[in-house]
Amino acid sequence: MRYWRDPLDAGQIEAPGGDVHILADRCKGCAFCVEYCPRQVLEMSPTFNRKGYHPPEIVDIQACVNCGLCEMICPEFAIFCIELGDSGGNPAGVSALAGAEAGEVRP
Amino acid sequence: MKADPAGVLTGSHYLDGDFACGEGAMAAGCRFVAGYPITPSTEVVERISRRFPMLGGTFIQMEDELASMAAVVGAAWTGSKTMTVTSGPGFSLMMENIGLAAMMETPCVVVNVQRGGPSTGLPTMVGQGDVMQARWGSHGDYEVIALSPQSPQEAFDLTIDAFNLAEIYRVPVMFLMDECVGHMTEKVVIPEAEAIEIEPRRLTEKSPESFDPYQVEEGQLPEFARAGDGYRFHTTGLTHDEHGYPEMSVECQEVNVSRLVGKIRDNAESIVRFEEEGVEDADVVVVSYGITARVARLAVEEARSQGLKVGFLRLVVIWPFPEKRIRELAGSVGAFVVPEINYGQIALEVERAAAGQAVTWPVHHAGGAVHSPDAITEIIVKAAV
Amino acid sequence: MTVSTNPTVGQEVEHPSAPLLRMERIPHVWCPSCGIGTVVKCYATALERSGVDLDKVSVVSGIGCSGRVAGYLKLDGFHTTHGRAIPFATGLKLGRPELLVTVISGDGDLVGIGGNHFIHAARRNLDLLVILINNFIYGMTGGQNAPTTPQGAKSSTMPFGNFETPFNLPHLAASSGASYVARWTCLHIRRLTWSIEEAIGKKGFRFIEAVAPCPTLYARLNKLGSGLDAMRFYHDTAEIRNGADTREVDVSFQSPIICGKFVDEERPTFLDLMHEHYSKQLGDRYVPMPPEGGMLHER
Repeated sequence: MRYWRDPLDAGQIEAPGGDVHILADRCKGCAFCVEYCPRQVLEMSPTFNRKGYHPPEIVDIQACVNCGLCEMICPEFAIFCIELGDSGGNPAGVSALAGAEAGEVRP
Repeated sequence: MKADPAGVLTGSHYLDGDFACGEGAMAAGCRFVAGYPITPSTEVVERISRRFPMLGGTFIQMEDELASMAAVVGAAWTGSKTMTVTSGPGFSLMMENIGLAAMMETPCVVVNVQRGGPSTGLPTMVGQGDVMQARWGSHGDYEVIALSPQSPQEAFDLTIDAFNLAEIYRVPVMFLMDECVGHMTEKVVIPEAEAIEIEPRRLTEKSPESFDPYQVEEGQLPEFARAGDGYRFHTTGLTHDEHGYPEMSVECQEVNVSRLVGKIRDNAESIVRFEEEGVEDADVVVVSYGITARVARLAVEEARSQGLKVGFLRLVVIWPFPEKRIRELAGSVGAFVVPEINYGQIALEVERAAAGQAVTWPVHHAGGAVHSPDAITEIIVKAAV
Repeated sequence: MTVSTNPTVGQEVEHPSAPLLRMERIPHVWCPSCGIGTVVKCYATALERSGVDLDKVSVVSGIGCSGRVAGYLKLDGFHTTHGRAIPFATGLKLGRPELLVTVISGDGDLVGIGGNHFIHAARRNLDLLVILINNFIYGMTGGQNAPTTPQGAKSSTMPFGNFETPFNLPHLAASSGASYVARWTCLHIRRLTWSIEEAIGKKGFRFIEAVAPCPTLYARLNKLGSGLDAMRFYHDTAEIRNGADTREVDVSFQSPIICGKFVDEERPTFLDLMHEHYSKQLGDRYVPMPPEGGMLHER
């Protein structure tokens, strides 16, 4: 989302972070989550899941603010996010692992 | 368990068959009725709509018979004893959800006060033309139980039996009155509530985690769970497995259908009920039901006074049909005479059960009036030759 | 995989809606980019947020793609005959008044074959929450014309385009007597969820139309692309007009879909009217059916 100026309280507000979980084998490749994520966290992956669909993959986990839109809009119950404060740990580490998980190559 | 005294109008009354049927339902513990007006059945619900508010019952006049039957099945899943009331044209409409009740194995009672048909037919005049429809009306394979009263007293007594049979066999029970019995006023004696045995809803005692709505032990029927008790069960009109989930497979269909049919067929001997008199050494047996039985008795007496050996068999439970008894009798009698206010429905069953060992003489009547005893006697005489 | 392993904490994490779903039956039967799953997610979320006793919630569905919803929710569920979900639900509600009964079904089921039941239930202001998933077509059976199919749209039984005038569903519901009427699309997930949650807390005949894409039939037969193209269409053209006059929210082929909450009134329900009337007419003689229903118990 583009702002025309920085919000006045930008210094005080800390946006939450989100840990996105993709249940790749449940996905049917509709791309709603990719299209409507307000932070462009996801892209459609070139890999296939077990049913032959392309699931999404995380491309920018740092950008996730745990808005939950992907979770709400997914018709397959195949994606959800957990606020980073709950899971704790290094956001960068989460991004690397989560990205790898979703990007596993399937025959 | 015993009947709830609040619903039992103990005493001697002068009631018509429709009112007596309504009283029977209330005595049996029925507390939800959804119906649609149709002559000649409307008095049943008129009586119920008058008494239910004092009994903790709810009556709703739905927008059509399709909705009535759907509501009856829905309410039965809350654990209530439920009933609807109709005549031929409405019976045809209800067939869809009678099938649903049969498939979901829902106990309920459907009262059909038969009138002349087909289609709109003779709204205010008697018929008995829905007998086969009661058995085969909805599509697919399933079995139901059907009872037929011959008097307002039986309209009371047998309605209670109908509710009890519905609970035992988890099946929609057809209560086949006819317009004559429905609109005939006679003495009806209603006993004390203590004297009335009621079958309760067979609720499961299993915990929600271990309960499956269609899990059966050998030879048993599934246990019931009420909506709202935390069982979170699922049920469907689709062919389903023991979890109640749709399962489209040949094996599952076999399990389903064999239970729906078997639970009545295999228990037919416990369910059939008939009255017989003078059949032991009879040459001819008259098989009848409902109002026709009352006329047939006269015809039988007349034939006997002419020296003929005539037996009389009245069906109280029409479905399942007492084929075993008819087959037995066919071995010793020469002929059956089957008067009915239709063009031969139970006559077909009698002929089938007789398996060629005895001749079946139907006595048709298109509807609108009862047979004259002479019309039946005439056929008895012919059959005795 | 059906359970995700949280890489940071190392535990298995299931989808948050799992407690309300029959997980052994997921993935469900609906097509890729069909909107029904989204509506189910919104309903499940709204139920959780509302805080109602889930044991008392019953879901009734009819026949059709949307009719399969009852089979995936972990609540007392009834998959009934075509068009008869509303009267079946009426029986449930009147048989045990403490139940919270939701009807979730499709447009053909609820206002086609079920039209009569729909208008009477609305007229009576029966205490039912009705979520109608409108994909403008009979999907399950292969894409036939529905009472909601816009003029000009093609279907398998109107291969040259529909010439019939379709229903304006919010207007039908409102004019029949519904006390809560709203329409949202599958794109309006937050407003749809909020609307359902709000409706759960109310009484009377509450009607929510959820416009959903049908990629396999409606969109394909009319060359409208995939479900994603439909969502983009909703995004570009849907207008939110809360409180709009329902006469003006009809839908034409590929016209802007007017969404919003159109009717929200407090009106006595069927049971309210019944209790009030019988109490007045019969006084102490009136014995209402208790909330737990009319089942006969051992005494």
